[in-house]
Amino acid sequence: MMTRNGPWALAFHALFVGFILAPLIVVCLVSFTTESYLSLPVTGVSLRWFRAIAGSDFIPAFYNSLYVATAAATIALALSIPAALATARWRFPGRDALTAFFLSPLMVPHIVLGVALLKFLSDIGLSSTYFGLIFAHVIIVMPFTLRLALATLTGLDRAVEWAAWSLGASHGTIFRRVTLPLILPGLAGGWLLAFIQSFDELTMTVFVAAPSTMTLPVRMFNYVTDNIDPLVAAVSTALIFVTILLMIAMDRFYGLDRLLAGKGAR
Amino acid sequence: MAERKTTPYLLSAPALLVYSAFLAAPLIAVTILSFNTFTMATGIQPGFSLANYAEVLTDDYFHRIFLRTFGLALLVAAIAALIGTPEAYILHRMAPAWRSAFLLVILGPLLVSVLVRTLGWAVLLGRNGLINSALIGIGAIERPIEFMYTMTGVVVALVHVLVPFHVLAVWASLRRLDPAVEAAGLSLGASQATVLRRIVVPQIMPGILSGSLIVFTLAASAFATPSIIGGRRLKVVAMTAYDEFLNSQNWPMGAAIAAVLLAATLVIVLGYNRWVERRYAQAFQ
Repeated sequence: MMTRNGPWALAFHALFVGFILAPLIVVCLVSFTTESYLSLPVTGVSLRWFRAIAGSDFIPAFYNSLYVATAAATIALALSIPAALATARWRFPGRDALTAFFLSPLMVPHIVLGVALLKFLSDIGLSSTYFGLIFAHVIIVMPFTLRLALATLTGLDRAVEWAAWSLGASHGTIFRRVTLPLILPGLAGGWLLAFIQSFDELTMTVFVAAPSTMTLPVRMFNYVTDNIDPLVAAVSTALIFVTILLMIAMDRFYGLDRLLAGKGAR
Repeated sequence: MAERKTTPYLLSAPALLVYSAFLAAPLIAVTILSFNTFTMATGIQPGFSLANYAEVLTDDYFHRIFLRTFGLALLVAAIAALIGTPEAYILHRMAPAWRSAFLLVILGPLLVSVLVRTLGWAVLLGRNGLINSALIGIGAIERPIEFMYTMTGVVVALVHVLVPFHVLAVWASLRRLDPAVEAAGLSLGASQATVLRRIVVPQIMPGILSGSLIVFTLAASAFATPSIIGGRRLKVVAMTAYDEFLNSQNWPMGAAIAAVLLAATLVIVLGYNRWVERRYAQAFQ
């Protein structure tokens, strides 16, 4: 039996949800203004600021973010699958230390990773390259793909693999035809989470990205430190809508609360 | 299945290689950098000197910045715990359909760029922002209140950015709660308040404590929100490191600041975990 929430609890809940949604709703509202400064659209609604995005330098920054996030999430996932197999299936000396090392980027503040990678990439001559930027992002998102891969692998019933083996399937075939399809939803959820983390990352990227490889968050940060206008609000609104779509996809794949459980955990 | 001893190492090797190159090596490089020196005239001088650390640890300017940053983080973690814990409990008691809808609403913003959420607060809190217009409109105040570039503004925005983490941590521990225990307490005549205080809160305490730690550490190293809402006047540690690197070009000093931030964070995290473990080891014996 579950007791119901009382009126005070529901009032608190309404305030809380209002607090969470208020800034997002406000950004969306001001982006539809007809004026050239921030104001709520009281005189009329227009899409002029959304049209203005097309000619702005937010577009190349958006493509940079898209390339970097896609590459970083894919590489991180490709590295995570074998690493997760090793730690989920074998008991070997150094196993715990290895897992801790793979999850350690969660414990290092992004500002520290940023300065470290800026120094290191300029030492080895990779500063302002996509290669350096992408691998910097791989480090940041790999804990997420690894954790999801581990969670799905440990939840897998190994009897189906043994069944395939007893029927004469090779290791490669078992992995391709049995294991992979079973862990695919978890991997897809991990990839999406990694993609979003990489796409949104600012603090580390501010140090690592050069003008030519500047990502959308860095472009937006540089923009709003100068001035906040309806154009950047329109970019934000577009981002909010894209995120909502991705979120629904992720919720379908894996369940948002399970997926996010690892996001902040250290 | 045939399993060789080297297989797990071979499987982890690619990831290990990438981590060594792009995590371990950069952290070592920046640690070495923090012992170098810098002057405007000569640039970065290699060598081993503790001058940067001495300056960070003794100079009043840096003391103020570190105190402000950790004070801010403490306040944000406390407020997030104060509002996030009851919200998680309310969610826990909702009908499943409502619960999953509101979980999406509350956790979803974690996936929206921090920049976008901060921008929303800048719009709300500005001199001509929505909050000031509304307060003037209803006649509560005559002149706009300054929220931008104040601690209040930074705290409000950071709580908003980070409170979902606290809700998530408490929510995870509430899911492990056996509803039968609560029901038993109620059926034995305990009031709702007693059940909450004596049964629910002690069991979700680990969730509350770990949620607070997550919020604290993320607030202590926050960059975007304090820069946009707080600005130059309310410098935090992350912004100071950024300025040393990208404005003053004093990389060794920036590296030392980052190293101190990392060390302080690790000491707090490990110390806190130790304290929590000891406390709960006693409680469950």
